[in-house]
Amino acid sequence: MKRRPLPPRPLIVRLVVIVPYVWFVFFFLVPFLIVLKISLAHTAIAQPPYVPVLDPSSGWSGLRAYLAALSLENYALVVSDPIYLASYLKSLVVAGISTVLVLLIGYPLAYGMARTPRAWQPILFTLVLLPFWTSFLIRIYAWVNILQRDGLLNQVLLALHIVDEPPGWLASDTAIFIGMVYSYLPFMVLPIYANLEKMDVTLVEAAVDLGCPWWKAFWLVTFPLSFPGVVAGALLCFIPMVGEFVVPDLLGGSESLMIGQTLWTEFFLNKDWPVASAIAFLLLVLLLTPILVYQRLQMRAAASA
Amino acid sequence: MPTLPAKPDISGRVLVQFEDVLKRFGDSAAVEGVSLSIQDGEFFALLGPSGCGKTTLLRLLAGLETAHGGRVLLDGQDLAPIPPYRRPVNMMFQSYALFPHLSVYNNVAFGLRQDGLRRAEIEQRVVEMLKLVRLEGFERRKPDQLSGGERQRVALARSLVKRPRVLLLDEPLAALDRKLRGETQFELKKLQQRLGLTFIIVTHDQEEAMTVADRMGVMNRGRLIQVGTPAEIYEQPNSRWVAGFIGDVNLIEGRVIVLERQNILIESGICGRLHANSSVECNPGDTVWGALRPEKVRISSEKPGSAQENCATGQVIEVGYLGGVSIYKVRLAEGLVMKTSLTNVARTLERAIGRGDRVWLTWSPEALGVLTR
Repeated sequence: MKRRPLPPRPLIVRLVVIVPYVWFVFFFLVPFLIVLKISLAHTAIAQPPYVPVLDPSSGWSGLRAYLAALSLENYALVVSDPIYLASYLKSLVVAGISTVLVLLIGYPLAYGMARTPRAWQPILFTLVLLPFWTSFLIRIYAWVNILQRDGLLNQVLLALHIVDEPPGWLASDTAIFIGMVYSYLPFMVLPIYANLEKMDVTLVEAAVDLGCPWWKAFWLVTFPLSFPGVVAGALLCFIPMVGEFVVPDLLGGSESLMIGQTLWTEFFLNKDWPVASAIAFLLLVLLLTPILVYQRLQMRAAASA
Repeated sequence: MPTLPAKPDISGRVLVQFEDVLKRFGDSAAVEGVSLSIQDGEFFALLGPSGCGKTTLLRLLAGLETAHGGRVLLDGQDLAPIPPYRRPVNMMFQSYALFPHLSVYNNVAFGLRQDGLRRAEIEQRVVEMLKLVRLEGFERRKPDQLSGGERQRVALARSLVKRPRVLLLDEPLAALDRKLRGETQFELKKLQQRLGLTFIIVTHDQEEAMTVADRMGVMNRGRLIQVGTPAEIYEQPNSRWVAGFIGDVNLIEGRVIVLERQNILIESGICGRLHANSSVECNPGDTVWGALRPEKVRISSEKPGSAQENCATGQVIEVGYLGGVSIYKVRLAEGLVMKTSLTNVARTLERAIGRGDRVWLTWSPEALGVLTR
């Protein structure tokens, strides 16, 4: 089939198309390149706290000297030191388990919302969004309050005689998981809800009519069709969870740190900007890889269809 | 009494039975007091305006809805305790409800897989069914890569492949364009006769129902109004509502003055005395309605001689030329407008009768139906 040439687009349309690219360049690409540059420098007691610093007035020789002073030694340090590796690993494990937990809780929630009579859905939708009306930091401090030894959770458990001694919740991985699941639940619920809500329920009826019990129809029809929503929700949760700082810092223990905390330590306590930048850059690569692989698979599936 | 075509050749054994079925949605009854028997091998049409409960009746049989009263039986067995996924009944949905994530092959194979059939048998039956609906070579396509007509055939194949005792078709042709719909109606009829299966079709299109069905049931507001062959429904409607819903009709109100076996004399006021020949039950003095189909009225610009026929005179107020036939609207003396149709047998560009002409309408006593409600 021959494609007709597109008519020339008016200027305003082209400008609108450019806006996201401008945004991307100024708020992602430029800061990213700065971070990359710092990650190749050495720490120094100076202002800014690293060398070399590019001096435009020094000309070509200055640039050559500048480039020669850059090195990959920060990356070598981060990759070889088990503290950093353990930190990365802990982040991935915590984020992975939390994402699974959020999915297990969020999917039934989204499913229930989508199957509620249409008149009630806006109310449920608002309820899911309601926590965002309070600052994230304040909500996590509220959890500190709830989870402390004489906090609300233990009071309830004691009153119901579920426990005799108040257990310590704070400063543990359990507290991190509670905080993570609580904080990221809406990010899982909303994309799945959006997906299930527009699904035609007669598809499930058709499956049942063809001899499929209801629970099996869910696995053969509903779940596969909502899978794009599940993937979107999982990415929206997993990626920020890996770099999460507030939740592990306020609720978690000090025996092992997530990568966000390690980065914070390098940056603010050790004042080692280059190593902190290398950590950040490697984290980005780590997170970008699965997204790119997923997109590749998606494109291949679309092309083969 | 007009002669009717013989009843189609079906087993005479009742397969599906609705007994005083009631189904409510909220406070309103979607289906109420419906009793109906459908025979094995029959092509049955449920016809009615939208919202009349015909689809609900179909869904009750499929098990997708639960009745609040009455019983639904298949082969004499009450279906109430049998979940929809165990009923030997399959449905073709109005939206087709094809699984968008599965290929044509997997859509058709879906039902067979649920029965745990062997791979080889599934393949053989799917291939055979795709051949039957002329979709060979489409196996690997996804539903969104098919045309409307192709999707319709996949949906048909998917619901037929399990060889159900009853195939339920919910407005199966509504999404097709007019020409394709006409062709598909005849194909559906041929398919049903070839397979010898019982088909129940739900439609709001009376032509479709009359084309495909052996018998049909006319529904309105949750109730079954009349059941019969297409000819029975058209020629002997049991009420003004059915007469008006199926085809065009002229209704002339009057009072029975003489009743002699099947010869009824009606005093109508507007058209004078009308002779009718009908077996309908009525008594002298009853208010009745003479029902006259437009094609059963003769229209002429000359005054007829015979006094045996019913006759009325008036002025043509509108002419509609439809190609094959022309429709004339004639206003009678007292303001009643009668609709008549005339087949255009000659290739003339001018009609013999035009707007404003004075005309005489005549019809035989056999052409005039008598309705009591």
